[in-house]
Amino acid sequence: MKQSPELATRMTEKLDYEEMLGCMRCGFCLPTCPTYIRSKDESASPRGRIAIMKGVVDGLIEPDEGVEKTLNECLGCLACEPACPAGVRYSVLLEDARAAITDHKRATGQMPVRERIVRKVVFDGLFLNKAKMETATGFLRFYQQSGVQTLTHKLRILDWFPDQLQKMETILPTVPAKTERRRRPERIRATGSPTARVAFFSGCLMDTMFYETNANTIKLLQAAGCDIVIPNMQQCCGALHGHAGEQTGAVTLAKQNIAAFEAEDVDYIITNAGGCGAFLIGYDHLLKHDPEWAERAERFTAKIKDFASILLEVGFLDRVPLTLPEQVITYQDSCHLRNVQKGALAPRVLLQAIKGSVYIEQQHADHCCGSAGVYNLLQPVIANDILEMKMGHVNATAAQTIVTSNPGCHMQMQLGIQEHGTDSMRAVHLADLLVEAMDNHAN
Amino acid sequence: MDWMNQLREEIGADVVFTDPTTRLAYSFDATPNYQAMPDAIVAPRSTEHVQAVLRLCHEHRVPIVPRGSATNLAGGTTPLSGGVVMDFRHMDRISEIDEKNLTVTVEPGCITAHLAEAVEAKGLFYPPDPSSMKISTIGGNISENSGGLRGLKYGVTADYVLALEAVLPNGDVLHTGGKLAKDVAGYDLTRLLVGSEGTLAVITQATLKLIPLPETKQTMLAYFEDLDSAARTVSRIIENRIIPATLEFMDKKTIEVVEAYANIGLPTDVGALLLLEQDGPRDVVRHDIEAMHAVCLEEGALSVEVARDEAHAETLRYARRIALSALARLNPTTILEDATVPRSEIAEMVRRIEAIGRAYDIQIATFGHAGDGNLHPTVSTDARNHEEMERVEAAFADIFAAALDLGGTITGEHGVGAMKAPYLEWKLGPAGIDVMKGIKLAFDPHGIMNPQKMFAKAAKKRIVQGGTS
Repeated sequence: MKQSPELATRMTEKLDYEEMLGCMRCGFCLPTCPTYIRSKDESASPRGRIAIMKGVVDGLIEPDEGVEKTLNECLGCLACEPACPAGVRYSVLLEDARAAITDHKRATGQMPVRERIVRKVVFDGLFLNKAKMETATGFLRFYQQSGVQTLTHKLRILDWFPDQLQKMETILPTVPAKTERRRRPERIRATGSPTARVAFFSGCLMDTMFYETNANTIKLLQAAGCDIVIPNMQQCCGALHGHAGEQTGAVTLAKQNIAAFEAEDVDYIITNAGGCGAFLIGYDHLLKHDPEWAERAERFTAKIKDFASILLEVGFLDRVPLTLPEQVITYQDSCHLRNVQKGALAPRVLLQAIKGSVYIEQQHADHCCGSAGVYNLLQPVIANDILEMKMGHVNATAAQTIVTSNPGCHMQMQLGIQEHGTDSMRAVHLADLLVEAMDNHAN
Repeated sequence: MDWMNQLREEIGADVVFTDPTTRLAYSFDATPNYQAMPDAIVAPRSTEHVQAVLRLCHEHRVPIVPRGSATNLAGGTTPLSGGVVMDFRHMDRISEIDEKNLTVTVEPGCITAHLAEAVEAKGLFYPPDPSSMKISTIGGNISENSGGLRGLKYGVTADYVLALEAVLPNGDVLHTGGKLAKDVAGYDLTRLLVGSEGTLAVITQATLKLIPLPETKQTMLAYFEDLDSAARTVSRIIENRIIPATLEFMDKKTIEVVEAYANIGLPTDVGALLLLEQDGPRDVVRHDIEAMHAVCLEEGALSVEVARDEAHAETLRYARRIALSALARLNPTTILEDATVPRSEIAEMVRRIEAIGRAYDIQIATFGHAGDGNLHPTVSTDARNHEEMERVEAAFADIFAAALDLGGTITGEHGVGAMKAPYLEWKLGPAGIDVMKGIKLAFDPHGIMNPQKMFAKAAKKRIVQGGTS
């Protein structure tokens, strides 16, 4: 499909030229980029992708399908950003370029029907509206609980779907009942003397499919002495929209979230999913040109903290002893927690504080696992190659427990265990493992 | 193009790329303001593939640019005449680590840091450590004769290349050297190919010398009130028969920029800092560090800090390590040069660089390898500002002239490439250029190997302007 020349104009308008010029092309990003490590192809590197965007703006190349392909193949893990000597904000360039492409396709009617429907359902329907999200995961619960799942497997209905979806279907967590979720109070008091007042960002996937992990995160915060509020009016963070070039949807959600949280007088806004945290922390950039919202967004982002860092800060380890049965634990970084929220240290400190278990750092723990939002569904070949490399490093640690801090990574690691691991391995969210260690010690 | 179809037939369509996106991604290296589109990117899987590509390019007079990771800073891997960029992603194996002869044999695409790790796992040491070693390839290092922080004590890439396999432009394979400490059979072709910047032949395999891994390492940091006391310290250390593994230097401007960026508590009222490291047997390291400590104090160091442990050492190295990052964030364009002088002339060279910066009203910060006289005057500018870029270019011409005037050279470790080609004659004179052109012609009669590099159409006129006096 040949794209009309107006796309170049759109990209020129959208992309920050100063930011692209900031790339010195030194190549320090190359050894951090999973797609470059995999292919050693410069057009699959951050430096290459910036040059390609700039090449379009400079008129050196047309924005053809090759350009779109290489931008789509980027995981968006942002391992390149901390490695960049010049501090280029690659994430901003990538999202702006993707937004230009999406806008252009929509405006010129070039978006294939199937993609248009998927985007409509996912971005305008599901994730833009928490009630619909709950209904949809309600269907998933029905599917899992009613026997339809067993029937589906028996009838091999999934054989009609692409390979990757089939694999993912088997590792979906069990969805809790809606009533259980409704019973959660909006305000929860600290155990013992209070150390901080926090608001909890519950997320959409985290609050439905990973409801248990949210409940455990709250339990940990409570034990650490936090008074917790979970504002009812909060929405999905908008990360999936932003990463897929749906900026309008992301902006709507950002404003709703800022409004929901600024009503509360809290020290921190806590996240337990790296992907959400990183997107929330970027609201100031998303809304910087909106005079009504720019300042409010800055106040909001200044309060965003991941739960592990806060646990350490308020002295969780002094209050709560942690013990586990003998096992080897390793940690898989959430790219966005590490590269954007700068939260790589706290999870490791917490895990190493657990008595009874042994923590072994896997080689390249900071490399993306290939999940990257919905990347593993859109780019299954690359995602599977990356997962296979990842599992090689995981297996080398002989770990039984792989700890994650983001729902996407969690499911991807489960897939990794299923495809390349052993029966004695499990993937656990950091919050779930900490509660396990807390309860285990108490018993 | 016929030759391209023939190429696909001979080595496989899966290793020949001609789409615009890929070509754009191979149109540059790390040199500001250099970009040109190649016609194709070819990624050979073997020496035979390289031969096939070269034969075709030779026959059809197609320019060919061998490329490692394109980190070079002199335009050396920008395909200025188009043609084929040869990429070594498939030729990156470590073929052999020979523990009897202490050598390692590698293909050109091997990342330098991967090689270093592999030999260190066996208690062996490959010392050349260019700052880009996590990214750069051995092929690129050999082609540029890369240096690094350990140059003073351990030498540069050339000091470790024992043997090469290279393909000549006509497709013939050349073998030079061997796993030998002594070898005087004919001209030293190994040494000739090292640093030839891809203008003579394509290196397809290298055998490198290894040494035993030093037992331990110690780090210290010293601040000085002025440049001269730091420079005197460098000279006195060497006079005391101590050759440190690292002897790095940062000037006042660099210290200010680093502190403004990182807020790590560097004193900004000092004139210079030195980062000193020694490696080797424990007793020797302790003795040398104590002796260097004493020299620093005798020469009036404001403060000296010796690392307590590795974590502390890392904090001491931090300022030097992030110098480039800090400078790179000042403005969109960062130009890093590498004029080099005898180490006794360092203070004088830095003073001349400062004067040149003032004369042309541009920001120059200087840091670098004080131990071997290899300085990195770094200009922070904006390539879109043509008027300023002209001043920058004039300033660099003056810096090259100043370095030569002090018995130095126009480039210590980055190479000539396209950027410094107009100045090469300043260093070599017409006779030197003629000999080099003769050598070039003997290897590459049709001039297909990395054209427009090393040799300029015309040498820059050497006029003393501005800051030099």
